[in-house]
Amino acid sequence: MVSSVLFGTIPISLEQGLAYGIVALGIVISFRILAFPDLTVDGSFALGGAVVARLIMEGIAPVYGIMIAVIIGFLAGCCTGLLNTRLKINSLLSGILMMTVLYSINLRIMGRSNIQLLTVETFLTPLENLDMNRFIPIISFFFIVAFGLKMLTDLFFKTQVGLAMRATGDNEQMIRSLGVNTDHMTVLGLGISNAYVAMSGALVAQDQGFADIGMGIGMIVSALASIIIGETLFGKKSVQRMTFAALVGSIIYKLIISIGLRLGLAPTDLKMATGAMVVLALGIPALKKEKEEKIHLRGV
Amino acid sequence: MVRLDGITKVFNKGTVNEKTAIDGLTFQIAPGDFVTVIGSNGAGKSTLLNLVAGTYAPSRGEIFLDGSRVTDLPEHRRARYLGRIFQNPLMGTAASMTIEENLAMADLRGKSRGLGWGVTRSRREFYRKTLKVLELGLEDRLKQSVSLLSGGQRQSLTLLMATLSVPKLLLLDEHTAALDPKTAQNVMNLTDKLVKENSITTIMVTHNMQQAIRFGNRMIMLHEGKVRFEAEGDQKSSLTVEEVVKRFGATLKDETLLS
Repeated sequence: MVSSVLFGTIPISLEQGLAYGIVALGIVISFRILAFPDLTVDGSFALGGAVVARLIMEGIAPVYGIMIAVIIGFLAGCCTGLLNTRLKINSLLSGILMMTVLYSINLRIMGRSNIQLLTVETFLTPLENLDMNRFIPIISFFFIVAFGLKMLTDLFFKTQVGLAMRATGDNEQMIRSLGVNTDHMTVLGLGISNAYVAMSGALVAQDQGFADIGMGIGMIVSALASIIIGETLFGKKSVQRMTFAALVGSIIYKLIISIGLRLGLAPTDLKMATGAMVVLALGIPALKKEKEEKIHLRGV
Repeated sequence: MVRLDGITKVFNKGTVNEKTAIDGLTFQIAPGDFVTVIGSNGAGKSTLLNLVAGTYAPSRGEIFLDGSRVTDLPEHRRARYLGRIFQNPLMGTAASMTIEENLAMADLRGKSRGLGWGVTRSRREFYRKTLKVLELGLEDRLKQSVSLLSGGQRQSLTLLMATLSVPKLLLLDEHTAALDPKTAQNVMNLTDKLVKENSITTIMVTHNMQQAIRFGNRMIMLHEGKVRFEAEGDQKSSLTVEEVVKRFGATLKDETLLS
């Protein structure tokens, strides 16, 4: 029984984990590398889906649709960065503002609250029509995209600009005194991060067969949960570790969720369960520390 | 090399907390000069460095570096002239990055950055050779994170980073104050050596009077944003701590200056 639940959920978890793992990769850039808690993500994920769905409906080739979605996601991230660096709006608020604005923009793009793509040709349709189990080509595709992006990200953070971006999140004063415009780094980094997120949104919309205005809700929390799970297992010593942890964490997160669903967790309670998971993961170290300190004090 | 022309910096202008940190300061530093700056807390020493580095814009006056007017240039665009070391050893390096990555970033100070590799093989050899000067064994730890280094090691690394691509002007902001006496001495000797070898124009803020007298060829004492006393060359090297204290006792009540 247990093994059948587990094995039954592995393919779907791999597929979704890799597809949503691209969001986690994007969040590694904003939250971890730039130390910028960017909440644009909830909006830019749906943005990617909305753009690609609308363009496919307009008869544009899905591959161009994805490219345009990525570019628009990049611009959305840049806007958040500009709100923060140019207008000096608090980082959290900049993201929330952009997320809220994107809600209206996404509705405008789609013209309604959702577009279904099941009956039209998407980027994934040729893969799904191959003469084999649907999961094999789809999972391979997402594996190549997710790990390909991971490797590109790792390489980028070894370049001169990449080092400057990492230093911006680590020690802004220092890298500025070495001649880097840290505002540019923040804007560029958030752009790249949201380009990833929009790409994930565009692919997920085609994978699930619809784009929906609410598809990005809770994306930050679930991506953070993925990152935390991954970091617990693999640490966060280097960029390569962090990106690897984000992808594997995302797969494990989806695995836990789908096992939970199979065992009777109501889909409506999903976000609460995810929230609880993040609170536990973030909170346990603090509680543990407090206990140690208490013992320490008693020892004195 | 550096020319300040009637520089004034007022903080919190128009409020009850209004404070004139630098008051109409005019002076020049010739190429190759090593100027030490002393003064009690609040005398304007750090503000002076921040103005030269571009962290603050002056309220009035003009700043020239190497002959060009930089008054309006932001900090990151003055970087090609300047190397800077702060009092806090944590401020000069990016802790989560490796030693060689930190050096590579310093290597590109003030230059444009592209998608080329941050650390190249040939530069890595150069970093290794350069790190040997410190005699801290860091040359064998290139790929280790800077967070594993002690304060003294980090400050030595910062010093090396600031002089890696030789700056026109080196700004030292009490850069040995947070270190233990022995490490402070090592870092100071290394500073002197690097400055002399590359004949870098230097401004060093310090609370340590002995250090201020012993190092450099010029000494400036700031008080309430103005130069109160200046000594140069032989006149400076023949000064003693007691003499300075005696002559300027009225402005030197702050005991931190006497340490």
